[in-house]
Amino acid sequence: MTARERIAGNVAGYVDDRTGAAKWMKKNLTKVFPDHWSFLLGEICLYSFIILLLSGTYLTFWFDPSQREVIYEGSYEPLNGLKMSAAYASTLDLSFEVRGGLLMRQIHHWAALIFMVGIVVHLLRVYFTGAFRKPREFNWIIGVGLLTLGIVEGFLGYSLPDDLLSGTGIRIAEAIIQAIPVVGSYLAFFAFGGAFPGESFIPRIYTVHVLLLPGIFLALITVHLMLVWYQKHTQFPGPGRTEKNVVGYPLMPVYMAKAGGFFFIVFGVTAFLGAVASINPIWLYGPYTPGQISAGSQPDWYMGWLDGLVRMAPPLETHAFGYTISWNILIPGLILPGIMFTLLALYPFIESWATGDKREHHLLDRPRNAPNRTAIGAMALTFTLVCLLNGGNDIIATTFRLTINQMMWFSRIAVVVLPPIAFIVTKRICLSLQRADRELVLHGKETGRLVRLPHGEFVEVHEPISAEKAWTLTSHEQLAPLEISEYDASGVRLPGSLKNKIRNRISRANAVAVPKATESERKELEGHH
Amino acid sequence: MKRLSRLRRHRAAGPLLLIFALLSIGTTFQVAGAVTNTTPTTADRSATIEEGKQIFLKGCSSCHGLNAEGGAIAPSLIGVGAASVDFQVGTGRMPMADMSTQAMRKAVVYTPAEINALATYVASLAPGPEVPGDEVLNYERDGSVAEGGELFRTNCAMCHNFAGQGGALTQGKYAPTLMGVEPKHIYEAMITGPQSMPVFSDKTLTPEEKLSIIKWIKAAEAEPQLGGAALGRVGPVTEGLLAWTLGIGLLIGVAVWLAMKAR
Repeated sequence: MTARERIAGNVAGYVDDRTGAAKWMKKNLTKVFPDHWSFLLGEICLYSFIILLLSGTYLTFWFDPSQREVIYEGSYEPLNGLKMSAAYASTLDLSFEVRGGLLMRQIHHWAALIFMVGIVVHLLRVYFTGAFRKPREFNWIIGVGLLTLGIVEGFLGYSLPDDLLSGTGIRIAEAIIQAIPVVGSYLAFFAFGGAFPGESFIPRIYTVHVLLLPGIFLALITVHLMLVWYQKHTQFPGPGRTEKNVVGYPLMPVYMAKAGGFFFIVFGVTAFLGAVASINPIWLYGPYTPGQISAGSQPDWYMGWLDGLVRMAPPLETHAFGYTISWNILIPGLILPGIMFTLLALYPFIESWATGDKREHHLLDRPRNAPNRTAIGAMALTFTLVCLLNGGNDIIATTFRLTINQMMWFSRIAVVVLPPIAFIVTKRICLSLQRADRELVLHGKETGRLVRLPHGEFVEVHEPISAEKAWTLTSHEQLAPLEISEYDASGVRLPGSLKNKIRNRISRANAVAVPKATESERKELEGHH
Repeated sequence: MKRLSRLRRHRAAGPLLLIFALLSIGTTFQVAGAVTNTTPTTADRSATIEEGKQIFLKGCSSCHGLNAEGGAIAPSLIGVGAASVDFQVGTGRMPMADMSTQAMRKAVVYTPAEINALATYVASLAPGPEVPGDEVLNYERDGSVAEGGELFRTNCAMCHNFAGQGGALTQGKYAPTLMGVEPKHIYEAMITGPQSMPVFSDKTLTPEEKLSIIKWIKAAEAEPQLGGAALGRVGPVTEGLLAWTLGIGLLIGVAVWLAMKAR
């Protein structure tokens, strides 16, 4: 034993005697994770969250969350001598006076955008591969919670500087609160501590933005990761991969290196964006005054689809008993998003109810092998994308020489018509891909090599695919429809038969599939080519 | 006599005489020109009006009518003033390329002299806003950037965007970008209200306030890209686009690379 080994052993022993960590570490450092690029998407969110914590802490050293009126006397000439809130003035100082302040602000904002992009991309991966199925439904709900809170946290964050754009956003938020029937105006007064804009809103959202929500984030992210740890990571199907094992590399050293390295890459990319691309140039927006507004006022992209929904809403209002109910704000601003997030959170339960599949799943689905789920996902994505596009309708109109009215009418129609079309098209594409898989397993790859047989016939040589590939393409199971009986033995309708009828109908639609190639079919065709 | 004729035959006589002749012609022209510039006679003015009328009859009357009285497709120009003509023709908006929703800025068709003639002709029909001279447009001396920014955000940003980049209006109309527009044309736009723009009379915005706005626009135009690439200065749409393309694109690229098996 060398001196170095002895010292290391002594230190390790000292720590182990006091914490008992060795046993736990020995077990967990060798934990195996499956290898696929899409499993790193969630890590993008985790790392950008860490970057947000670090850069955000730096910003708090100089930011003054106060709506007290001050006169700006900093180095940005075009605003010199103007009255503004201390929040806005301190953000200007942070940008122009503090060393590295503008870079940190831009890194913080870019990291926030990347964080939200990462969440959505990660959610799409989890959704389209069916990773939310039992036992991971809770983790799915936590994920949806993180997405929702991320939207709120982002909105509060870019509202803090109290510039013209963010003030416009807060004004819209106030309008949405006011649109709640009966209690709306009271809630708005409560939130703003009086009439808009007041002097208390920014200090309040500051506390929520830097203390409450990050705390909830930390707790939820911890539980999210602990559940991944405890339930083990899902894996794509393949030879040797079953519902009972995990095929991959151990945490130590492979994933320690990969994940650690990836953190620095995420930090690098956000720092790069922060260094080369301007984001939220608040000095151009000017200080917020309720009397001012800029053309093309937009929220950040993760709020953009909500803005798009509000922009396309027809002017509907009801006047009853001396109250006005603004459906044009209430429906797109609160009711539709509420329905969407609820459906998103409940989706795992809805799917298992529809398929009757209550078993555990650790092997992922290829999206084509769950055509209904993939088609529903495409439908929801299309809906959101149309809304998002309409959120930028003015910028799109001026850029592509369209009119806002055309954009609005396109969105109003497309938001209803395009999602069902997306559903049908996606389902057809999935079934075609299943057919292509079947073809590949049974007839092999087309080689493009034409051979003339002795009797004159020309054939293309097909090369059989490997056994591993054939296994990967056929190992999934194809669900049979539920067929819950709606009548008892003597032909009398059972109670709750309508529910069962709907369930049967859904499960039949869900079970539509191209029959996968079987072993016997493959054997039979062997030697034919 | 003899001496004179000898001098007349001197080698330098020709060139010297030529220089003298050129100088006297040049000086006379200069003096005469200066006189016409400072105090145009009634005769000169009516000549310019007549020239402008000829240009008008050739280039504008088919839509605006033979006497600028307007028609089904174009407004009357009686009383719009010289400033309006100078703006519309001087920025290439008139003559219009087609009858689309709005006249857009394009290459200028007429020379400054022709535009002046046109403007003088239209101004002669009825009084209207005049073309602001260089003395009026001294925004560097008479304007204030900070005040101009405040006025701009109150009066202009709602259509032209916070940084003067322009924005969309209804039915395909739009507020154009203010970057690269001559101060004279900005001033004229404010006093004449072209296209969908309202008129900002001297009661709404005093001449000094107009100059402050111009000074702010010029400062915004000259402002370096402080935080890096400005992304069009149109707000979060382009930022979101960059996050969804370059940002996540780079990260997914690296993720694919990280998950590749070592060969």
